[in-house]
Amino acid sequence: MLADKDRIFTNLYGRHDWTLAGARQRGAWAGTREFIDSGRDWITNEVKASGLRGRGGAGFPTALKWTFMPKVSDGRPHYLLVNADESEPGTCKDREIMRHDPHHLVEGCLLAARAMDAHLAFIYVRGEFIRERQHLEHAVQEAYDAKLIGKDNIHGWDLDIIVHHGAGAYICGEETAQMESLEGKKGQPRLKPPFPAGMGVYGNPTTVNNVESIAVVPEILRRSGAWFASIGRANNTGTKLMCVSGHVNRPATFEEAMGESFKDIIDKHCGGVRGGWDNLLAVIPGGSSVPCVPGEKIQNAVYDFDGLREVGSSMGTAAIIVMDKSTDIIKAIWRLSAFYKHESCGQCTPCREGTGWMMRVMERMVEGRAQKREIDMLFEVTKQIEGHTICALGDAAAWPIQGLIRNFRHVIEQRIDQYTYSSTSDGAVPSIAAE
Amino acid sequence: MANIKVDGQLVEVPDYYTLMQAAEAAGAEIPRFCYHDRLSVAGNCRMCLVEVKGGPPKPQASCAMSVKDLRPGPNGEPPEMFTNTPMVKKAREGVMEFLLINHPLDCPICDQGGECDLQDQAMAYGVSGSRFFENKRAVEDKYMGPLIKTSMNRCIHCTRCVRFTTEVAGISELGLLGRGEDAEITPYLERALTSELQGNVIDLCPVGALTSKPYAFHARPWELSKTESIDVMDAVGSAVRVDARGREVMRVLPRVNEAINEEWISDKTRFHWDGLKTQRLDRPYVRKNGRLQSTTWDEAFATVAARIKQAGNRVGAIAGDLSAVEEMYALKGLLASIGSGMTDVRPAMSGIDPSMPRSAYLFNPTIAGIEEADAILIIGANPRREAAVLNARIRKTWRAKGIPVAVIGEQADLTYPYEYLGAGFETLADLAAGNGAFANTLANAQRPLIIVGEGAVSHASLGKQAGRDTIALAAKLASGANVAEGWNGFALLHNAASRVGGLDIGFVPHNGGVCSADQIAMAGRGELDVLILLGADEYDTSAMGNAFVVYIGSHGDKGANRADVILPGATYTEKSGTYVNTEGRVQVTTRAVFPPGDAKEDWAIIRALSGVIGQPLPYNSLSQLRSAIYAEFPHLARIDQITPGSVGDLATLAGAAIKTQSAPYKSRVSDFYLSNPIARASAVMAECAAMASGMRQAAE
Repeated sequence: MLADKDRIFTNLYGRHDWTLAGARQRGAWAGTREFIDSGRDWITNEVKASGLRGRGGAGFPTALKWTFMPKVSDGRPHYLLVNADESEPGTCKDREIMRHDPHHLVEGCLLAARAMDAHLAFIYVRGEFIRERQHLEHAVQEAYDAKLIGKDNIHGWDLDIIVHHGAGAYICGEETAQMESLEGKKGQPRLKPPFPAGMGVYGNPTTVNNVESIAVVPEILRRSGAWFASIGRANNTGTKLMCVSGHVNRPATFEEAMGESFKDIIDKHCGGVRGGWDNLLAVIPGGSSVPCVPGEKIQNAVYDFDGLREVGSSMGTAAIIVMDKSTDIIKAIWRLSAFYKHESCGQCTPCREGTGWMMRVMERMVEGRAQKREIDMLFEVTKQIEGHTICALGDAAAWPIQGLIRNFRHVIEQRIDQYTYSSTSDGAVPSIAAE
Repeated sequence: MANIKVDGQLVEVPDYYTLMQAAEAAGAEIPRFCYHDRLSVAGNCRMCLVEVKGGPPKPQASCAMSVKDLRPGPNGEPPEMFTNTPMVKKAREGVMEFLLINHPLDCPICDQGGECDLQDQAMAYGVSGSRFFENKRAVEDKYMGPLIKTSMNRCIHCTRCVRFTTEVAGISELGLLGRGEDAEITPYLERALTSELQGNVIDLCPVGALTSKPYAFHARPWELSKTESIDVMDAVGSAVRVDARGREVMRVLPRVNEAINEEWISDKTRFHWDGLKTQRLDRPYVRKNGRLQSTTWDEAFATVAARIKQAGNRVGAIAGDLSAVEEMYALKGLLASIGSGMTDVRPAMSGIDPSMPRSAYLFNPTIAGIEEADAILIIGANPRREAAVLNARIRKTWRAKGIPVAVIGEQADLTYPYEYLGAGFETLADLAAGNGAFANTLANAQRPLIIVGEGAVSHASLGKQAGRDTIALAAKLASGANVAEGWNGFALLHNAASRVGGLDIGFVPHNGGVCSADQIAMAGRGELDVLILLGADEYDTSAMGNAFVVYIGSHGDKGANRADVILPGATYTEKSGTYVNTEGRVQVTTRAVFPPGDAKEDWAIIRALSGVIGQPLPYNSLSQLRSAIYAEFPHLARIDQITPGSVGDLATLAGAAIKTQSAPYKSRVSDFYLSNPIARASAVMAECAAMASGMRQAAE
């Protein structure tokens, strides 16, 4: 379990002053000049040594991503784009950072920008986040006023930060759609390649990082990469903000070390599952887009990237959605399907057409108004979407249903049987058999 | 160059090639909906998925990934792609299923049936049954004006139409609104599109969502006989295909000609065809007691012959905008046989002097050459109205290279930004004197392109001298000190298909003849007894006094109204005629249908008339006539080729003394949709014109 001294986000609950003065008391902006002076490679190497993996969901090594930026500028400016469009259902970690520890992010921007030779950082804040944006803008202004950032600042690395407000589309959390949106266009993902590190915002090299990935960088540099790497298991290092929602006794967002057992985490921070562990039905362990895991399988799982892969899911954004046995799991997954259908951008065929189809089949399965062979058909449809789309939204829409069918097929079949059993002969069962 | 293995076959292709191009180079066919050669890559239909080795482990859109994006194998083996593996087939079948679940499958009542990409590719990748038991999506049809019919249920969201209108046509009037399943292609405001190229979205639409409104439910593609021909609606000479059923032209479609129209055509070219059937002169007429009465060819010829014999050499001839070289040559021969040189193909008061060299009246840099230009000056022309396809080429060049463009003349929306220099001749004179920033731009340009509109050289309000001086100054601007070797940037943009052909064969005043305006004036004064109008409708027919007017042409327009005898001719779809476009490219139309009623091919009418007069012309067939033309003007035998004018002539032209002080420039095409007798007979064009003028009023 994470010791208090190892916490990075010391004001996660907003009990202290979140402005510059408070942040400085908690250690922010200390020694920043020294890190900047140590140079681009030192920062990157330190982050590489920390083993930090991207906190936005995919878990791609952050330092490696930074190295994709051109070593020497070809005349085009480099940009850092911080993805604060936190919209994944169940996820509520970045907003806490922006509300209560915004200076972690602002300082992180400066250091990350140094590591990629950028002099301009954009922070794309989700449209629905009002207070978060106000705090962030305030923090940025404070940093400007104190000459921590901006032209000719005390750190010797010019950096401008632009806080941009989105309009509330889930797809704008996808990095290329976010760049389109930032440029003032319709938020639709771009084709890759070219990748953002070659052609990003306004055609210039850009790195897109999650808020949490950037916000932990100052502490990593202050305490060394080795310290960060000493927490958690190899390849799954560091601390992580986790957000637990659903049927636990005390839903919460908290910082915890990676590599702890799932059961310990829930017991310690959330007071256990509602009605006891035997009442646990399933868990979606990483935000809405990862497959759900049955209760008995997740209890002893190690909660980190690799540990969750072993149980057929993934850590995603570390948003844990706990469902006890009172949950209608089919309906829960249908709700996610409805979300993805609503949020599909409509650009490419499989996602545009497939998300609606899946949602409608799911809708019938909630009632049991379906044929059992349609379960396989639905699974095939998810496979037809997965990996065939421009961005990962298609995959995200497919995985929850795949998880449902893999783990709870018997529930769906039961529901269908129930519906057939209780139907009357006057056609209450729809005539799907008419074909 | 890069090596890539396509289905096991090694090919060498340039490394900027997309996988789709590489596959095509290897002979593997890749299905597609959203990809189009001349539009930006969208990559959204996902039909072109292929399997790659050396890239990500999932199917890749071959239209969007280039060969250099693939990594070679561990020992430097070339990257591999596969177009026919089970993975590819399954992926494409999946995409096809998704495309079809919300497609209405109303092929039996769809105009696209038989030439539908979705239909064709469903044959290869569709499965026999549907697994989709939900309700299909219903989308409201949109109003896009009188030319494009929409059936939005059929739309597969490929966004070709959106990309065409924004990229090529230069209007932002189509877009994809909404998201996910609810995304719809829409003209936003339910208003007619304002582009002169909008009809091309009908060809681009891979399904039946956007179809031709005038052609709706008229014919099936397999019933039509297709004739490759040339368009005569403007001086560009776009390559077209005339689709006919029986004796009727049912529609006109573009053909690919990289040198001229790429694969676009203007709306006038595409939709004028109903004008081929209305207002037709299908029998000869003779004016008796002030009224035109239908008659026989014999009587009509006898009447004309008697008048011509009486008139001696006081006979004039004016050729209109749609005349082919053959009939002009025959008419010139007829007049020569009676000792008259009063022929003219130019508009009234043209500054193009018969003594000028050929490069003075050609679009010398060629249309494809526009893309090489590094600065463009447009003088007295509105290329968007006068030659919409050529204007798209200017826009393409501007988009690709961001070259500076400046305009002298009317200030109009040309779909690309330009620097407006001034309204008339004085601005041009000022520029030619080296004043202003743009003079510098032109002086430094290696490939300056000076587009001179017909409105700047041939306009009744200008007078001949202003036209001549405009040519001189334009030639001077085109021959700056830095001009690249062999580049001739002087470009005269004609407005009529007949013009260059007529000038080439000398259908201009000669042997004591006078120009068209003077002929009409002489007729008004009674000094000219017979005036032959060869499809000439753009002249002042009220000023022809008591002259005996013979109209040879196809449509009952202004000329026929004034005529004393009407000899019904053929339109370009009904004859094989030679036309020379504004570049000087010789092209030939092909007969798709026969002329209606008693109408005959124009050259044959003139040949027959010459016999009645007693001066028979020395050819009895089209091939004999052509042999005579080719013998006299050998360059006209080089079909589809340009015999360029001499670059050296520019200096001679530029050296002429300037006498004009000031003159305003005005485009000769005031209404794009109604610029010739066929278009004026078309109900569709009339509707478009009414709509365009209404919109102009609303905008003002």
